[in-house]
Amino acid sequence: MGHITTDICIIGAGPVGLFAVFEAGLLKMRCHLIDVLPQVGGQLSEIYPQKPIYDIPGFPVINAQELVDGLIKQIEPFKPTFSLGERVDELNRLEDGTFIVRTSEQTEVHAKVVVIAGGLGCFEPRKPAIEKLEQFEGKGVAYMVKNPELFRDKKVVLSGGGDSALDWTIFLSEVAERVTLVHRGDTFRGAPDSAEKVFALAQSGKIDLVLQSQITAINGNGHLKEVYITDKKNEVRATEADFLIPLFGLTPKLGPIADWGLNIDKSAIEVNTFDYSTNVEGVYAIGDINTYPGKLKLILCGFHEAALMAQSAFKHVYPEQKLSFKYTTVYGVNTF
Amino acid sequence: MIKITVEDIDGGVQILEVPEGINLNLMETLKAYEYDMRATCGGMALCADCHCKIIDGADHLPEPQDAELITLDSRPDAAMNSRLACQIRVAESIDGLFIKLMGHSG
Repeated sequence: MGHITTDICIIGAGPVGLFAVFEAGLLKMRCHLIDVLPQVGGQLSEIYPQKPIYDIPGFPVINAQELVDGLIKQIEPFKPTFSLGERVDELNRLEDGTFIVRTSEQTEVHAKVVVIAGGLGCFEPRKPAIEKLEQFEGKGVAYMVKNPELFRDKKVVLSGGGDSALDWTIFLSEVAERVTLVHRGDTFRGAPDSAEKVFALAQSGKIDLVLQSQITAINGNGHLKEVYITDKKNEVRATEADFLIPLFGLTPKLGPIADWGLNIDKSAIEVNTFDYSTNVEGVYAIGDINTYPGKLKLILCGFHEAALMAQSAFKHVYPEQKLSFKYTTVYGVNTF
Repeated sequence: MIKITVEDIDGGVQILEVPEGINLNLMETLKAYEYDMRATCGGMALCADCHCKIIDGADHLPEPQDAELITLDSRPDAAMNSRLACQIRVAESIDGLFIKLMGHSG
């Protein structure tokens, strides 16, 4: 919730979105960043935080998370503001050419320029192929645990074999009336400590652990009532459930960006390589989300795109001023 | 030539004839043959975009490593014959492989 006024609203707080704050800041443009993930860093922090990157100029090797931390430090002087854990749902261009960006949490950002640095789109929960699953979303089916109290004294079925399935099974075993964890495999490979705890809980009868099985159907009347679990012998059994929480990680989807009137080619936004502007005046797209002849999905290229974008965005933020290109080596980094 | 039979998401089947010594993994090879292969992680066995099921020829593949198995656990539609194409090197030893692509949406 809230209303924020800024010069540039950057959608996506991955490496390219973060560096855009720096390039904008050099030109005295303030930025607000929005990201659907609860932390900054985009794919780097979400998918491969500990992986080494070898093609960042000046760093023979740098871990993905280290690069994100470095970028955060680099942009700190420009005091960017953030809305994290919020998905941008709407982008509206006002008559005066400025924009209102609205998020899933009803945050409104009023900005003169919008920069989409959305990578592969929004990270969304990966959904198992169960008939009627979407019908019961918000009515018993949840893909994350936002408020654990919701599950107090309820019958909860979790599905998945990763860390989050294990962690929430352990946590909810103290809260819910009954917790059932359904996993396709017969082992948990991710976190041995959590796996041990889950096996112990199952042994003591505190939870139901159903291995080598999958949830194949769900049912209810307005609200989820039962789930059907199929084992490897193809035998099906019904289990009472107030809630089903499938936990299969996150996967990127283009999401609402597709509905903003932008020219899209194969899930990427077409841009003019002069300044990485889109077909909508005042909206730019940089990094993995854009496409143009010769496009390479490299962090390096996204940084370059951010620099050119900022030079062009300046005319929207300061229409009365003339822009003269300056080097940081001459003038340093002058903050607000 | 290394022959690989590929069934795509829509059920279309094509036999790829891949030159020996291509020095690519199966995900990269599919990309090179213009399959829609998003490969978010680029081949680190982290994203499961290149999830495929081995219809035939599994015996000739090296055993999956832990990283691949952990990632496969995150795919709700994974099965016993699931693999990540990025973890399979295209070499003569896999000649005759038959895979079904699962796509990146599941």
